[in-house]
Amino acid sequence: MKHWHGWISLIVLAGVAGLTGCKPSGGSDADNPIKIGEYASLSGKEANFGISSHEGTLLAIESLNNAGGVLGRKFQLITEDDLSKAGEPATVVNKLVSKDNVVAVLGEVASSRSLEAAPICQQNQIPMISPSSTNPKVTETGDYIFRVCFIDPFQGTVMANFSYNTLKARKVAVFTDVKSDYSKGLAKYFKESFVKLGGQITAELDFNGGDKDFKAQLTAIKASNPDAVFVPGYYTDVALICIQAKQLGINVPLTGGDGWEGEDLVKIGQDAVEGNYFSTHYAPDVATTNSQKFVADYQKRFNGKTPDAMAALGYDSAMILADAIKRAGTTDGPKVRTALAATKNFDGVTGITTINEQRDATKPAVILQVTKGKFKYLETVNP
Amino acid sequence: MHTRAKRFLILAILVAAGVSALSAYFNRYYLGVAIDVGINIILAVSLNLINGHTGQFSLGHAGFMAVGGYTAAAITLAITPHLSGSPSVVLSGLLFAGSLLAGGLLAAIAGLAVGIPTLRLRGDYLAIVTLGFGEIIRVVLQNMECVGAASGLSGIPERTTLFWSFGLAAVTVYVIGSLVNSTYGRGFIAVHDDEVAASASGINPTRYKVTAFVIGAFFAGLAGGLFAHHKLFLSPTNFDFMKSIDIVVMVILGGMGRTGGVIVAAIILTLLPEFLRPFAEYRMIIYALLIILLMIARPQGLFSFGRAKAA
Repeated sequence: MKHWHGWISLIVLAGVAGLTGCKPSGGSDADNPIKIGEYASLSGKEANFGISSHEGTLLAIESLNNAGGVLGRKFQLITEDDLSKAGEPATVVNKLVSKDNVVAVLGEVASSRSLEAAPICQQNQIPMISPSSTNPKVTETGDYIFRVCFIDPFQGTVMANFSYNTLKARKVAVFTDVKSDYSKGLAKYFKESFVKLGGQITAELDFNGGDKDFKAQLTAIKASNPDAVFVPGYYTDVALICIQAKQLGINVPLTGGDGWEGEDLVKIGQDAVEGNYFSTHYAPDVATTNSQKFVADYQKRFNGKTPDAMAALGYDSAMILADAIKRAGTTDGPKVRTALAATKNFDGVTGITTINEQRDATKPAVILQVTKGKFKYLETVNP
Repeated sequence: MHTRAKRFLILAILVAAGVSALSAYFNRYYLGVAIDVGINIILAVSLNLINGHTGQFSLGHAGFMAVGGYTAAAITLAITPHLSGSPSVVLSGLLFAGSLLAGGLLAAIAGLAVGIPTLRLRGDYLAIVTLGFGEIIRVVLQNMECVGAASGLSGIPERTTLFWSFGLAAVTVYVIGSLVNSTYGRGFIAVHDDEVAASASGINPTRYKVTAFVIGAFFAGLAGGLFAHHKLFLSPTNFDFMKSIDIVVMVILGGMGRTGGVIVAAIILTLLPEFLRPFAEYRMIIYALLIILLMIARPQGLFSFGRAKAA
């Protein structure tokens, strides 16, 4: 006899057994908390970003609950870890939507993982808000998908304007990380805007994220004699680029996007990153009442840790959702969606936010300068 | 005896179809996890043909899965806009089957292309070459603009149902089970047990190894297509080295060359992380500990039965 074919029936049985779960129970009781789902990379390679964002969201939910919640109900945040692993967000968000019956979903930081979860939320008519996925494709998934950060084209344009108007640069070299979609996007929009302003791109060179030696490309950049160099990369690569640029005697400012924001930029780059500029979502030292209160609350809740942009955006995503539920007067998916789409001039920690027709946030960017090892606020650029 | 196996196959497919018809009544989360189980069974059983029965150590299974997944998704995405209105269930089913098949075939061709030069190598060397192949596929996909490059392929329509997932899992088990138990299939086991003795008896080890590789790759490609139409989004990071390792762990835990054990391991290793969700941050620690404990308790694999007799 052959043993293996008995297993065919076993797998089918296992499939049936796996499905004996409960059916989704509809209807919500007014006394029950409003369930909000969150999926974040709490472990794995992008855990730094995920934890920051999660802490911001958690702080927002706690402070909303301390203030009595909305519609007379408190919030319950159900958080699931997606291990920074592709394939997980779909499972996790399916669980949040189908098993936990959440009314809305918050997440994720990385665009690729937001893109994976978005179709599920769209299909189930559950609004999803990504706190910090900047890839334009995320919200193109459907009309239930929102974000509370600006998108790559805007950031590229902001830096082009800043280089032209504030730095008075007319000739700029661009140094792109070809391995990263984010970097390529920023470079593309920077170049377009800068040329439109009347500037000139003197050199376009590539590197691969994770490279250690950039001297060949930097020598070519130096030879092109630019007024500034735009490096839309992530902080670990950027720090090394700054060091090697200085060694080669490139004395013009280096500029970049929100990928620069990481403590390691200064730790690795030391003096070499001093005086350089980058754009990001939020600056802790901006003196608005909102952000001051947020920084103080965050430091109190998380042992004196200074909140970064991810935390601030995580906080805003929950606050904007709560605001929409309040205006909708219900937790019904389609109505919350409509309210979210109508969000206008919301006074958040990261600035005045309006949700536009593409369901992206229209909001100011801030430009920071590395000064004495700290990120110092320089100016706010309105859209 | 074969009629009995066939009856099991037909019964399994019918039950899968029956249960699948009731999908609307099930919780989507459980349904999704159940479909994952079916896909992982296909992956584990097909890798078992290479790593278990034939005794080669391949670390590139995720690469074949990527070829199949991207091919099937690209075909579906190319055809869908040309369909007028909403196509009938039969038509969309046939189209889906076609795109899955195309994905499987392309993966098989990739398996052949990699297999012919590399399967002359043995043991560790083969492991490293297949690992390299898997990475090459991933990096190529990461740079192919037509399938979304690094930002991934999105907007794939949902086609994978319980029927497809478990129906094809049953087909995989049937085909690979029948193959290994056939006269021809003894060759795989002979290569596994002693290559020198096998070739002395007139068996061409390379040919058997390449055959196993191509068939394994074909089913991995099918699984990739199912995966693409289940998750609705593909990114090159889906198919990194860790994915291959996940499948290898299923095979080792289930017992090399024991189809039954490998199926059970695939089921357990898919469901376990879900059952452990309530433990939140301790989840992956517990998961890893359980695997270590299982390996210490059953180094020969979960089950010692279900092994082809000739071995």
